[in-house]
Amino acid sequence: MKFGIVVFPGTWSEKDTHYAVNGVLGQDAEYIWHGDEKLDQYDAIVLPGGFSYGDFLRCGAIARFSPVMEAVRNFANKGGPVIGICNGFQVLCESGLLPGVLMRNDHLEFRCIWTDLKVENPSTMFTSTATAGQILHIPMSHGEGNYQADSATIKQLEDNGQVIFRYADTDGNITPAINPNGSINNIAGIINERGNVMGMMPHPEKASEKLIGGDDGNVIFTSMIENIVTTLA
Amino acid sequence: MTVSQETLDEIALSRDEYEAIIDRLGREPEPLELGLFGALWSEHCGYKHTKALLRTLPASSERLLVAPGAENAGVIDLGDGLSVCFKIESHNHPSAVEPFEGAATGVGGIIRDIFAMGARPIALLNSLRFGQPDDARTRYLMNGVIGGISSYGNCIGIPDVGGEIFFSDSYKGNPLVNAMCVGLIEDGKMASASAKEPGDLLLLVGADTGRDGIHGASGLASRSFEEQAEMRSAVQVGNPFLEKVLIEACIESLDLPGVVGLQDCGAAGITSAAIEMAERSSMGLKLLIDKVPRREQGMTPYEVMLSESQERMLLAVTPGEEGPVFDLFEKWDLDATVIGEFELGENVRIFDKGELVTSTPVITLTDAPEYKFTGVKPQWLTDLQDADLSAIPVPAESPSTLLLKMLAAPNIASRFPIYRQYDYHVQTNTVVEPGGDAAVLRLKGSKRGIAVSTDCNGRICYLDPEIGTAIAVAEACRNLSVTGAEPVALTDGLNFGNPETADVQFQLTESIAGMSRAAEAFGIPIVSGNASMYNQSSGKDIYPTPIIGSLGLLEDVEKHATVAFKTEGDAIVLLGTDSTWDGIDGLAASEYLDLIHGKVEGQPALDLDLEIRTQTVCRDAIASDLIASGHDVSDGGLAIAIAESAIIGGIGASITEAPGERWDAAMFGETQSRILVSLSPENLSKLKDITSALNVPMTLIGSVGGDSLSFGDSISTPLVDADDAWKNGFTLATSD
Repeated sequence: MKFGIVVFPGTWSEKDTHYAVNGVLGQDAEYIWHGDEKLDQYDAIVLPGGFSYGDFLRCGAIARFSPVMEAVRNFANKGGPVIGICNGFQVLCESGLLPGVLMRNDHLEFRCIWTDLKVENPSTMFTSTATAGQILHIPMSHGEGNYQADSATIKQLEDNGQVIFRYADTDGNITPAINPNGSINNIAGIINERGNVMGMMPHPEKASEKLIGGDDGNVIFTSMIENIVTTLA
Repeated sequence: MTVSQETLDEIALSRDEYEAIIDRLGREPEPLELGLFGALWSEHCGYKHTKALLRTLPASSERLLVAPGAENAGVIDLGDGLSVCFKIESHNHPSAVEPFEGAATGVGGIIRDIFAMGARPIALLNSLRFGQPDDARTRYLMNGVIGGISSYGNCIGIPDVGGEIFFSDSYKGNPLVNAMCVGLIEDGKMASASAKEPGDLLLLVGADTGRDGIHGASGLASRSFEEQAEMRSAVQVGNPFLEKVLIEACIESLDLPGVVGLQDCGAAGITSAAIEMAERSSMGLKLLIDKVPRREQGMTPYEVMLSESQERMLLAVTPGEEGPVFDLFEKWDLDATVIGEFELGENVRIFDKGELVTSTPVITLTDAPEYKFTGVKPQWLTDLQDADLSAIPVPAESPSTLLLKMLAAPNIASRFPIYRQYDYHVQTNTVVEPGGDAAVLRLKGSKRGIAVSTDCNGRICYLDPEIGTAIAVAEACRNLSVTGAEPVALTDGLNFGNPETADVQFQLTESIAGMSRAAEAFGIPIVSGNASMYNQSSGKDIYPTPIIGSLGLLEDVEKHATVAFKTEGDAIVLLGTDSTWDGIDGLAASEYLDLIHGKVEGQPALDLDLEIRTQTVCRDAIASDLIASGHDVSDGGLAIAIAESAIIGGIGASITEAPGERWDAAMFGETQSRILVSLSPENLSKLKDITSALNVPMTLIGSVGGDSLSFGDSISTPLVDADDAWKNGFTLATSD
């Protein structure tokens, strides 16, 4: 299968993503420049981390107007798999492909740490190789990852099993103390109702090999690969 | 004599230097010309007070691909088609005036130095010094600096993997902000900061030029400095997004056949960048100053030449081949403008709207005067060195209480509250994260890895600049060796007081001598450097602070050691000494002496030969898979080193021998050349073989295990208390 990795001028996680899906997992992967509008050749789109167009206004607020995002919207509307990581998650929210917003971390500082993510829903195309309640050790690196939405939206996300990952301790307890940025209900990642667009703040591509601290991030890409390859076959 | 003292003061030139300019030109300089001289003869660009000394530094190595001085930094071969360059740069005075932007643009500046060589930046480090954190302004400066580094570095996709922070009243009004960047060059594709042929075009790319940073090099960086809010206009403002784009575009442009040279615009802006390029190319240069895109209207040629607006680079491009260059920069939404051309001749000729404004021989500008001096050791220093350390009273508190106090001290407590604000994972090469003695990075596509560190204890350098600087080199290398990496190159960031004074001249002379002696003993070159002078606070010179950046090579990156104790029952061994505990002399220049007794005194010492052998033993043991952990014994002494390995490993330790009557010196003394390791008891005899072969003393001092730190039978501290003190100490000490 072929991953398409979107590159805005301020993106910096595209090479790490390419390395994870191609270098480690052996899948085809290509970069997509932010001015490109044709995505037919890809089986899945990744919006990686970074600072899109500098994010001077609000993270992802300008990126949503880019030509490539119009194409990503069409791709997603046709059921194509899209994963947004960190800045990519922010762009998906700004673009309306996912509900809610990512506000400044409640402590107002940038935070780069390893997090433990509890898999809340293993029956999605992004988590199918995980088990319910499995803990994934994956780093985060952001200043604006405080996920918030109105109470009706949160209720809908929770009721539909659209909350995919929560920040947890190593035993899987969801506590305010372990919440690294103030996200409501410790939410670290969500999926759209249709189940083909997922956004998460931590960086699975930064956890691709044991040598750099762990390879739990591969669970997400491997799930995508298994599901997409099955669909293609 | 037409020039006023006020004019000379503004550009920080002395009357004698003005006379020298007239001498060289055979006439009075034009006003614009005088500005060029002010910038290029500034301490910051011209190294007036350090040039002669810096020439004495070791600069050769079998691994050197590009010699230091030939380009912005020397290039070191790592094998497997990979090479690296690295450099430190200071942004002390800008950070004292405007901490956030000062630090941010310091990071931006050093990154440009590195990618100007065609290298992809793969790591940032920063070495910071502040006054004591109980002062509100110091906390404002510190938080601003950390915020600036975080804001700029995180936006740009380069991991910030290490550095140091140290607090002392010596730096109160004059913090030190030194940033180091490491760049990786693949397949020998490096860039030169020069043109090839007369006729080559000079292109300015990146940001428009504004009025910011005028006189940054001459005014802010190169003269006596006291806090001056009105100097704020001399501080530049950074845009990391633009820099990120500039990195990608410039590195990509090097694949175009027409791009022959690349140079960063740093201190003294276009003046320094373009004229240094001309000098390096042995050509003249025609500059069309009106072509420079401006951010604001009405700027004079003088302002355009001296602006230090950030995120600008210069390219030398073969004429006729500029088309693809413009296309590439347009793809990245960056401006690229031809602002001149290299030509036969010796002069830089500056034109404004077709009119020749000035024509000046390049060599007169770039060959700044050199001041030579030999310092005389001041009596006050002899008095401090001769202090009787045995007269220091043993504290009334218990050893456990003091251990917790030391662990929570601003200079010792965990730096996690700082570095968690920096992205240290991006690029996915970080094998050993910040928090250890050195960071370890893998090199994708190779089995090899590198380790990087910075080090300098200004207090030790104050008490003996020669030995102190040798210790800074030794420690910067020891930080690498405890991870298993062999030191291969160094860079230096010299931070000193007013070089016009006898004391600072003595410190500089001695410090460079110590750096040379130590680097030669290690057999490694100093590949680049930076000098920041006139660092003074309340009229007093700062501690001499020659920060050493070190880079080491691991043949197999999988085989590396970390600080953490790992396994219950492992033996704890001290390499480099045949006794468990330190003696009274170890108190010299120690953190304990300063923190608990308020004294900075004693004679620091270093046995360089023992140091090098001890480091070799440690590396050999790691390469042979004998060792479970390795940690440098330095700030706070052995008890702190043991506590850190235990806390980070989450497992206790017991040391067999009691520290005795002078338990304070024993536990917290800072005698050099000691490395703390832990290993499986069954590996002890093999380790003994290695130490015996190199004649390095080693002492079995205890074992890993339990949930406390015990020293002999009577001193025991619960690990959980030590953990709490060390992890929360920094936040407690720096909260309002």
